[in-house]
Amino acid sequence: MTTMFTPDHEWINIEDHEAAVVGITLHAQDALGDVVFVDLPAVGTTFKKGDVAGVVESVKAAADLYMPVDGEVVEVNEDLRNDPSLANSDPMGAGWFFKVHVSNMAQFEELMDPPGYDALLKTI
Amino acid sequence: MPWSLSAVSTLNVPAAPTAPLQHTPLHELHLELGARMVPFAGYAMPVQYPAGILAEHRQCRESAALFDVSHMGQVRLVGSDAAAALESLVPVDVQGLSLGRQRYAFFTNAAGGLLDDLMITRRADDLFLVVNAGCKGADVRHLVTHIGHRCQVIAQPELALLALQGPKAVDALARINGGVASLTFMTGGWFALAGAECFVTRSGYTGEDGFEISVPATHAIALARTQLAQPEVQAAGLGARDTLRLEAGLCLYGHDIDETTTPVEAGLTWAIQKVRREGGERHGGYPGAQVIDSQLAQGAARRRVGLVGLERAPVREGTVLVDAHGHKVGGVTSGTLGPSVNQPIAMGYLAANHAVPGGEVYAEVRGRRLPMRITPMPFAPHRYRR
Repeated sequence: MTTMFTPDHEWINIEDHEAAVVGITLHAQDALGDVVFVDLPAVGTTFKKGDVAGVVESVKAAADLYMPVDGEVVEVNEDLRNDPSLANSDPMGAGWFFKVHVSNMAQFEELMDPPGYDALLKTI
Repeated sequence: MPWSLSAVSTLNVPAAPTAPLQHTPLHELHLELGARMVPFAGYAMPVQYPAGILAEHRQCRESAALFDVSHMGQVRLVGSDAAAALESLVPVDVQGLSLGRQRYAFFTNAAGGLLDDLMITRRADDLFLVVNAGCKGADVRHLVTHIGHRCQVIAQPELALLALQGPKAVDALARINGGVASLTFMTGGWFALAGAECFVTRSGYTGEDGFEISVPATHAIALARTQLAQPEVQAAGLGARDTLRLEAGLCLYGHDIDETTTPVEAGLTWAIQKVRREGGERHGGYPGAQVIDSQLAQGAARRRVGLVGLERAPVREGTVLVDAHGHKVGGVTSGTLGPSVNQPIAMGYLAANHAVPGGEVYAEVRGRRLPMRITPMPFAPHRYRR
């Protein structure tokens, strides 16, 4: 299944059926530097696309984490909470943030595909 | 204030500055080392190298780290009246400073606020001042305006400044010139390093033992390379410098102290020697002396304090501090996760009746109230060579 990207440097990957995994991109973790804290949403909370669903903080900066699509949080990465550096060492894998039940697949399809995100990175 | 990730991702790209950024004499070396350059006080400065802030911080605590601080201002005051003249601008004993000794000081305004903080070293033929980058233009104007008729005020943009900090800094620098090992904390002297006569003080801004080296700009890269070739030494950027100084409980001008904070509020009265206080031989005679004297006698309405977060979330500059009833009692002026103490640490100001070590206040972060304990500073013990 395709991984899609947001203009806020998050990725979302549909795992099975409609449960999607959300994290921050390699570029985002590089720009932040050493991640020292993550604030993850409560499981069971429903968000609209664009809502602030969490926070990721490095030594130097704090960044909001936006919900990339409408949906309900069904799982959060407790390993990441305990070891925020996973967001640096494996942002696309073990450093995932939360899983969301996507209620509107059209919103997912509208996000950037990998070539689209690569094109965005070239403008930064 | 949290950024969006897209804002953070562009933080490191110097957004078209109004004036072109100045470069320090080490600029080419920073680029060669892969530094991430950011605008700071009008200069392009390395915020971190590829190792990252946490690794650079640990490098300094465990071994030795080399910082480029050439953006800071270096100023000479020359003339037999220089020390007495400078005492008209700082509440510090300058005349009593003996040869080779260094002292912390601050310029005050008429309200007793702080215009800048600085280091003063007495040398054989001048007083040597190191001032903050963001204030250096104003500081030189201030000096010229008020004491330019009593001594020469000579800014030295032809000099670079390197800070070599950490428990093994002395090993690395003494290998180049063994003489530096004889310096103790807050003393300085001239030493030949990398083919240049350099003025070296045993001081710094990290809480660790170490040196600040004033070197001709022409020789700065050679000296930096010599140091980076030592097994103990790695380059570190302004990001690590900030976390190190915060753990050491040291103020950052423009954040923890500024024109609106007095030395009494900031807890810097240790820098005001007896001779400049009421009853002292050279009492007063600097801007704001009345305000500061009165606060020394009666205390100030607010006090700078150290704070340790009891939860994991960092508490950053600008955060409001409230009491158990939700009443505002102060605010945070610097804050981060302390890499060595491995807890959220912060400095801020609290109403005097709340500024009690061991007490708790609450930081308003994203709609929550995070408990913080008022804690004596430094957060990480100083390890100066006294």
